[in-house]
Amino acid sequence: MHPATTRTLLAGLGAAAALLALGLVLPDWLLFTVTKAIGTGLVALGLVALMRGGLVSFGQGLVYCLGAYAAGMLSTRAGITDAGLLLLAGGLLPVLVALCVGPLIARYRGIFFAMLTVALSMVLYGVLVKIPAIGGSDGFTLPPPTYLGWAPEAADFALYAVAVVVAVVAATAARVHFDSMPGMMALAVRENELRVEYLGASVFAVTVRNFVIAAGLGGLGGTLNALALGHIDPLFAFWTTSGEFVFIAVLAGHLSVVAAFVAALILEMVRSYSNRYFPDTWQLVLGVFLIVTIVFLPGGIGSLWAGKRRREPAPVEAPAE
Amino acid sequence: MSAVLETRGVDKRFGAVTAADEVSVAVTAGERLSVIGANGAGKTTFMNLVTGHLHPDRGTIHLSGEDVTREGPRQIARRGVCRSFQIPQLVEPMTAEENVMVAIGASGRAFGRLTPAHDGRNERDAQALLDRFGLGPFAERPVSELPGGVRKLLDIAMALVRSPQVLLLDEPTSGVSADEKFPLMDTVMAALDPDVTVIFVEHDMEIVTRYSERVVAFYQGRVIADAAPDVAFADTDVQRHVTGTIAGSAAGAA
Repeated sequence: MHPATTRTLLAGLGAAAALLALGLVLPDWLLFTVTKAIGTGLVALGLVALMRGGLVSFGQGLVYCLGAYAAGMLSTRAGITDAGLLLLAGGLLPVLVALCVGPLIARYRGIFFAMLTVALSMVLYGVLVKIPAIGGSDGFTLPPPTYLGWAPEAADFALYAVAVVVAVVAATAARVHFDSMPGMMALAVRENELRVEYLGASVFAVTVRNFVIAAGLGGLGGTLNALALGHIDPLFAFWTTSGEFVFIAVLAGHLSVVAAFVAALILEMVRSYSNRYFPDTWQLVLGVFLIVTIVFLPGGIGSLWAGKRRREPAPVEAPAE
Repeated sequence: MSAVLETRGVDKRFGAVTAADEVSVAVTAGERLSVIGANGAGKTTFMNLVTGHLHPDRGTIHLSGEDVTREGPRQIARRGVCRSFQIPQLVEPMTAEENVMVAIGASGRAFGRLTPAHDGRNERDAQALLDRFGLGPFAERPVSELPGGVRKLLDIAMALVRSPQVLLLDEPTSGVSADEKFPLMDTVMAALDPDVTVIFVEHDMEIVTRYSERVVAFYQGRVIADAAPDVAFADTDVQRHVTGTIAGSAAGAA
C-alpha cells in the first residue's frame, strides 16, 4: 500500500478511537445532535464529491429520502432492525437508483443538472405524500435499531458509535479517492471539460461515478438520520432539505472531508441554539453565517486547515525556452 | 506510403456558410504539414473535423485506413490524434506538474486505481516531460501565473503524453512574442519523435516556411493549394486569398 494511503487509514483509525472515547463522556442530548450531524455530514460529503466534478445537486433529498425509506420499510414491514443491514440497504438502494438515473442526467451541466435533480427529488416527495399505506405526508415511525441481535440500553451511544464508524470509513475512503488520479481527474473536469475529453478521458464517466458516490453517501446519511430520529416522512425529499445539504457543502468547501462533518455540526448547533434564543429567525443566523463564510473563506471552513499542503514554488527567473 | 490521416470529400456547412467543401487531404507518417488561410477560410473547422469535435455533413475521415467519421474527441485521442489549442486549455488552479499529471491520468495510467495522484512515478514522469520542453523550473507554479509562451508549451506538452501518431497544433505561436516564436517551435519540434505527423494551423508565414514541408491552403472551405511551401506560395490563388501578395481578399492573413 502507498505510504500516503497508509497514513490516511491510520488517521481514520485514530479519529474513530478518539470520537468513540469522546462519546463516552458526551451527554445524551449532544450524542443525538452529533449523530444527526454525522448523518447530515455524510450527505454533504457526497455532495462535495459531486461538486469536485463541477456539478451541484439541489436534489440530494432524493437519495437521502430513499436511504431513509429503504431502512424504514425494511424495519417496519420485514422486521429487520439490525443497524448494519439497514445501513447496507439504505446505502445500496440510492446507488442502484443513481446507476439508472446517473447516465440520463450526466450529460447535463450547471443549472439544468441542478434543476433535474430537484425535479427528481420532488417527484419522489409527491409520490410518497400520495401513498397512505406508508404514512402519506405524516410518514411513519421506526422501531429502535438492534446491533447483531443486541438491543442496548444506552441506545443513543450505540447509534452514535455506529455513526462514527460509518463516518470514519466514508471519510477515509473519500480522502483516498479525492487524492487519487480519478479524484484529480474530477477536479480537472470541473475546470476544463473540453481539455479532459481531448486528452482522452471520459467526462461522462467521471460525472456518473461522482453521482453514484454521492448517492451512496446520501443514502447512508438518510438511514442514520432515520434511525436517530425514529421517524421518517416525505419531507426528507423536499427541496428545502436538499437546500440544507448544499448549505453545508458550501460551508465545508471541497478541500477537507472532515469539514463536511464540522459544517454539519455547526448547522445543527446553530439551529438548536438559535431556536432557543432567536425563535423563528434561526435561518437569518444561518444566512449571515454563510455570507460571512463565503466572503472571508471562499474555499469553505476546510480551507482553514487544508489546502496549504502545496509546496511553495521556488522563484523562476529563466524564460521558458 | 499509406496515409495516417485522410479526409475524403468532407463537407461541413453551418446554415448558409460552407466551412468545408469537398476537402480531401491525406497525410503520411512523419509529415510536417501546415494549414493556412485567411480568417474564416475553414482551418479551424478542418481541425475540429479531424479531431471529432465536429462531424462532416458528407464525406469520411480515416485514421490508418479505419473510418472514424462519427467518433468524438475522446475516441480520436485514444486512437493517437492529439491536439493543442490556440488559447491554451489548461486546468487553471493546478500547477504545471499537476496539469501534466492530469494528462497522464487521462491517458489511462493509474486511472481507476486508488494510489495517490502525487505518486512518485507520476511526478517523475511529469517532471521528465516538463524537462523535455524546458519547463522544469515552472513545475510547481500554478499555471495561472505562467507567461504566455510557457502556457503554450505546456499545452503542447500535455498533448504529447499519449505519444500520439498525429499531433495537431492550433496556431502554436499566436500570442507569443516575435523573439519567442522560433525558440518555441524549435523546442516543440526537438521534443517530437520523427515518426509523429505534425499538422499545424498557422498565420505566420515565416513559421510555415521554416517548419513545414507541405502546405494546405484553404479559401472559403475549399483546398486551393496542397504543395511544398515554395510551390504553394507561388500559387496565384494563395497569393490572392491567403498571403495577400496579390490584391484580393486575404483579410486577416499575416
